[in-house]
Amino acid sequence: MTIALPGKEIADKLAGKFPGTIIDSNPGWFTVKSESLIPVATFLKEAPEYDFKYLTYVTAVDYFDHFEVVYQLTSLECNHSVVLKTTCPRDNPVLPSVVGLWRTADYQEREIYDLMGIRFEGHPNMRRIVLWEGFPGHPLRKDFNGT
Amino acid sequence: MEVGSVRQRVYSDKELDQAEGAAIEALKAGSQQPIPDPDQWLEEELKRNILLTTVDAMINWARRNSLWPVVCFPACCAFEFITTAASRFDISRFGMEIIRASPRQADLMITAGTLTWKMAPNVRRIYDQMPEPKWVIAMGACGISGGIFASASYAVVPGYNRIVPVDVYVPGCPPRPEALLYGIRQLQKKIAKESLAKRKA
Amino acid sequence: MALKTEPFALNIGPAHPSTHGVFRMRATLDGEVIVDVEPVFGYLHRGVEKLAEQRTYTGFIPLTDRLDYLASMSNNMAYCLAVEKLAGIKVPERAQYLRVILSELQRIASHLIAVGGFLNDCGAFMTPILYMLREREKILDLFEMASGQRLTYNFMRIGGVSQDVPEEFMPALGKFMAQMPRFIDEYEQLLKENEILIARSKGVGILPKDLAINSGASGPVLRGSGVKWDIRKADPYAIYDRFQFDIPTGIMGDSYDRYRVRVEEMRQSLRIIKQAMEQIPAGPVRAEVHHLVHPPIGEVYARIEAPKGELGFYIVSDNSIAPYRLHIRAPSLINLTALREMIIGWKIADAIIIFGSIDICMAEVDR
Repeated sequence: MTIALPGKEIADKLAGKFPGTIIDSNPGWFTVKSESLIPVATFLKEAPEYDFKYLTYVTAVDYFDHFEVVYQLTSLECNHSVVLKTTCPRDNPVLPSVVGLWRTADYQEREIYDLMGIRFEGHPNMRRIVLWEGFPGHPLRKDFNGT
Repeated sequence: MEVGSVRQRVYSDKELDQAEGAAIEALKAGSQQPIPDPDQWLEEELKRNILLTTVDAMINWARRNSLWPVVCFPACCAFEFITTAASRFDISRFGMEIIRASPRQADLMITAGTLTWKMAPNVRRIYDQMPEPKWVIAMGACGISGGIFASASYAVVPGYNRIVPVDVYVPGCPPRPEALLYGIRQLQKKIAKESLAKRKA
Repeated sequence: MALKTEPFALNIGPAHPSTHGVFRMRATLDGEVIVDVEPVFGYLHRGVEKLAEQRTYTGFIPLTDRLDYLASMSNNMAYCLAVEKLAGIKVPERAQYLRVILSELQRIASHLIAVGGFLNDCGAFMTPILYMLREREKILDLFEMASGQRLTYNFMRIGGVSQDVPEEFMPALGKFMAQMPRFIDEYEQLLKENEILIARSKGVGILPKDLAINSGASGPVLRGSGVKWDIRKADPYAIYDRFQFDIPTGIMGDSYDRYRVRVEEMRQSLRIIKQAMEQIPAGPVRAEVHHLVHPPIGEVYARIEAPKGELGFYIVSDNSIAPYRLHIRAPSLINLTALREMIIGWKIADAIIIFGSIDICMAEVDR
């Protein structure tokens, strides 16, 4: 069985290594500040006890006043997984891109930009992917009003 | 992992995307009303004229029994079309021997799948490249009215008749192969009533 | 005297007979060799994730059918598993066994098309795919007996399946099971050691193991590269831990390996169905669930091993009748991430084969 590592436990360990980065944690996931996303993600990928070399998915949720981007990391060797979240404010939705760590994020971050409007810095090809250039707006936002 | 190793492109992808996006927006703005179905074959003169000339009868017989469809396979209905063309529900016994990849060699477009605004200019271009006489069968609920996705109208065209004039509508989601064969048969009956004297506009 | 060549751009367009759907590649070619390729998709983006917020939980099940339309039962199952996990609904035993039998039958049907399409691209123009469509028709007859539909079944419900299978289903399934191994052997006979197939696909489009893991590949693409990762064994869902089956893996990660993995998976699916048929109990097929499901506030991610890879649903719920946010982790989209590395350096004909061996379904890529 793939063990879903509890968010609180990892958050406590990380709070020791990267102080001041954890915003929130709970049995299902933990949330980090957007500035420290890359160092935390790199640590999770490279540390041998975690070994999260496989990024299962990246997605974004619109919570009216902020956006939350959710990453699920899996380790195929150790067979465990963890959910990592980060937030960005609605009026300036910019986040660092994890494409340098996991190639999987390539199309998924482009899709989040296309449908939600969150820009990822460091992505080599930040363009719309499923909709066309010139499409007005970002459909998956809660305030998108139809056509 | 190295991302974005040197891209060797001879075109500018941003410019291409912008040009295509502008074309899509222009087509979307220009397709707010459905194109009326071609109905010259129902005209009064033809209805009264029950004896078509031999030439018309010959030509219509030849045309309706050798309709060659063009590849237009966006989505799920495509697979019902492929199984209709396969060995169990063979369409080649009705003369649709080969599914042509090139629209220049085809005369029937069976629109098998949901049409999105992004794909619409391409479908219109395929339709324009088909030589006359040509017919269109709108297959499936998505072809008729946008189907189950019609409420996501930001991306889905509500029916192929916004983009191309449609002759026969085959309902179903997806329509069974027997339903599609019935639709093709209805189209053949419609072609039988056409006349060289009145060409489609 | 060396010939001076100049690269040019070629559009392998959305309406193409070999691109398995509306997929577009802007290729830059130097002679026949592809030096760069840019995949463009979105031609089938129907806004399914946005529609989920406007439909009830049960009302979304028909939309899941149309994601990977060649494996509708698997999509239904993944979605129902996610909602059941979120709402804490327990599925009766007979429903679990029926779900496993139908999912494995669906895996065989989907792999038949994948293998048939791949062989079509390799040059065996229509013969293998017509034979495989003949077998697929037998499976579709079984599905029609159970659910009434041939392609998009809408058969699974939250809490089980929508109705019990009729009494002629099990004997018909037994008859199919008796015939199918012979048919797979029939396909293998002419194709397994076929010179042309091996020349066209062995060593073509190699996906190295590290790149496969780093680009999130899953399903036969990942297993073809030598990674023994199958969610039915690594993270068993439903009742897969009660069955014995093997996981075929490839060695090199080329197109031939992916093709072999799919054929072997068909055999393993037959094994699972046989065990399920022996163990299936009688009983109810659906838990007592109100059709307007109100899961508690929270979020869940549930995944299955769909024929194309790891299909997962991430649902955020706010205790209303519709999901607050639903995200579909589509295997076809993520398997395409490494497409550029796999195609660059090969010719156009090989590009079509490599693309066919990944086996994608555009409706899932674009959602």
